[in-house]
Amino acid sequence: MAEPRAMDIKDQPGFRSIAVICLLVLYVPVLILMIFSLNSGSLVTHWEGVTLGWYGSAFRNEEFHAAAKNTLIISVTATIVSTICATLAAIGMTRVKPWRGIAAAFMVINLPLMVPEIITAVATLSFFALIAGTLGLNFGIGNLILAHTVFCIPFAYMPIRARLEDMDLTLEYAAADLYATPWNAFRRITLPLLVPGIMSGAALAFIVSFDDFTITQLVAGPGQTTLPLYIWNQIRRPMTPEINAISTILLMVSILFVSVSFLIARRRAK
Amino acid sequence: MGIAFENQVAAPQLPSRPAYGDNQTGTHLPERAGSLNGVIVPEQPGKNAIEVRGVRKVFGTGENQVAALDTVSVSIRENEFFTLLGPSGCGKTTLLRLIAGFDFPTAGEILLHGQDIAPLPPFKRPVNTVFQSYALFPHMTVAQNIGFGLEMLGKPKAEIEARVAQMLKLVKMEALKARRTSQISGGQQQRVALARALAPQPKVLLLDEPLSALDYKLRKEMQIELKRLQHETGITFIFVTHDQEEALTMSDRIAVMSAGKILQVGTPRDIYDRPAERFVADFIGETNFLPGTVVSKHAGVATVKFASNATIAAGYPEGFDPTGEVTLVVRPEHADLVPDPVKGTIAGTLANIVYFGTDTHYHVKLDGGGENFIVRHQNSRSSPVTYATGAKVGIQFEEDAARVLKD
Repeated sequence: MAEPRAMDIKDQPGFRSIAVICLLVLYVPVLILMIFSLNSGSLVTHWEGVTLGWYGSAFRNEEFHAAAKNTLIISVTATIVSTICATLAAIGMTRVKPWRGIAAAFMVINLPLMVPEIITAVATLSFFALIAGTLGLNFGIGNLILAHTVFCIPFAYMPIRARLEDMDLTLEYAAADLYATPWNAFRRITLPLLVPGIMSGAALAFIVSFDDFTITQLVAGPGQTTLPLYIWNQIRRPMTPEINAISTILLMVSILFVSVSFLIARRRAK
Repeated sequence: MGIAFENQVAAPQLPSRPAYGDNQTGTHLPERAGSLNGVIVPEQPGKNAIEVRGVRKVFGTGENQVAALDTVSVSIRENEFFTLLGPSGCGKTTLLRLIAGFDFPTAGEILLHGQDIAPLPPFKRPVNTVFQSYALFPHMTVAQNIGFGLEMLGKPKAEIEARVAQMLKLVKMEALKARRTSQISGGQQQRVALARALAPQPKVLLLDEPLSALDYKLRKEMQIELKRLQHETGITFIFVTHDQEEALTMSDRIAVMSAGKILQVGTPRDIYDRPAERFVADFIGETNFLPGTVVSKHAGVATVKFASNATIAAGYPEGFDPTGEVTLVVRPEHADLVPDPVKGTIAGTLANIVYFGTDTHYHVKLDGGGENFIVRHQNSRSSPVTYATGAKVGIQFEEDAARVLKD
């Protein structure tokens, strides 16, 4: 009863109103975007009635299909490759004796998080231009996959490393004590226990790749339009609620992945 | 007491000793020399299961070097319940980790039945560990945990199943074999950890403070359980603990460790009754320390004079030559109170009386000053005299009660 409550931030004056304003600013635009995807009129600013027609036209839209296909090819490949790299990196950073340059390695892995994305984008573009110019090499969509893989690695790395650091090292000692060779100990103990970390890492990498705009915009060649680029191109023309429908679809995919990743992490953490 | 009784009743239903280690079933690690899936098999079973020879372990480099083990040598016999006892940081867990193979000695040898295992990785040593945290694999069932070692040894499936069933019975966990390890209690986890470590029939079982996470009653129960398992399996147990009472009740022999050294190795009775050094006497049980002066020595018995001019005969350890000012140690139960101060060897005032149920501790403030002297009295229905705080009392010593020890 006599518990002092003055330090509880929820009781500070203005806390509630500030919180409500923040939430409104964050989510009202998204909500409006979603609502107008159901607008039966052809303007995104004037409400006329309810229809699912724009979703239908989005699903029939071949440009949207092509963009979705590109996006999936790039995201799925980049997710798989970056998650594997991140897993190996995380093991190399946590399950070995401290080695010279371990701090530098950590920096290098996480650099994409700190470098402004536009810089990475310009650098990547110049790099591919250089390769194309001097060696005559162009990997087509492979350029985008490569670029996405690189910037996805730190996102996949973080949850995997966190999981490895939380894991009880004694379990690996116990496995070795029970005649498991290092490979068997990894395969039977470390890897199964690492799965939730790998799943969240992969989900994060997928989302980051899925909605990347800046790097993709600069690196993408002709015929390599991804969903974010497609939406960008559409809004430069007279907009119809079809773009809202497409955006809503993307949003749903993102929410699905983040939720799955969150749920897996929480279930395994118990 | 009810716990002990229950265990005794249950014991006859358990697999008898020959069945457990039966070579004809082919489940025992073969006695012949060679290796099983890379795990070494000692050639000649000798008298000593483990021989630690001049082992040093240094952590850190340069100025930060710390010798966790300072040239330790000890022999652990076959079928022995051997305890490494000492305060935290004394090196007991380091020694256990060296035997298990999680660390490698800076110098020295560790022999398993005569074969040096010190350079081998843990998965090549026929030695298993019960960890303080149990370290059960959380993504496996109880049965899968127990079978893991056998599986890694490449045993056939049928054999693994049979052995797991046997181990489940041994630790009375048959009913819970399909459970995840997170779905069982701490005491049950402890049993699974034991079964898992015993299943591959190691030459030596290492136990790293395995009972410290259990509550008092469960700990008592598991102490009896461990003794039973050791007896039934005939496997050498090396048990690490900081709990002197646990060490005294369970061990065949105890090594008392301090600051990276083994101070004394002996049976619980040896260690308690004839401590080799002051540290051992202080660490094990309660002890009174009394200052005195050696006046004469004859055949391992010194005559020591107190400040009050009273004298007492006191034994001392071999290889120690007490002279001049010394410290005597006397166990509280080896002394007695007398109502008449003049009749005691030393005298004082009763400062405090502490009742423990089974016995009573009398704290006596000695006339010569110094620490209070504690006398322990076993309580009985017919305790003849009652004392009151503040009374003048004398203290008498039983024969052989006092010993002179190295500081």
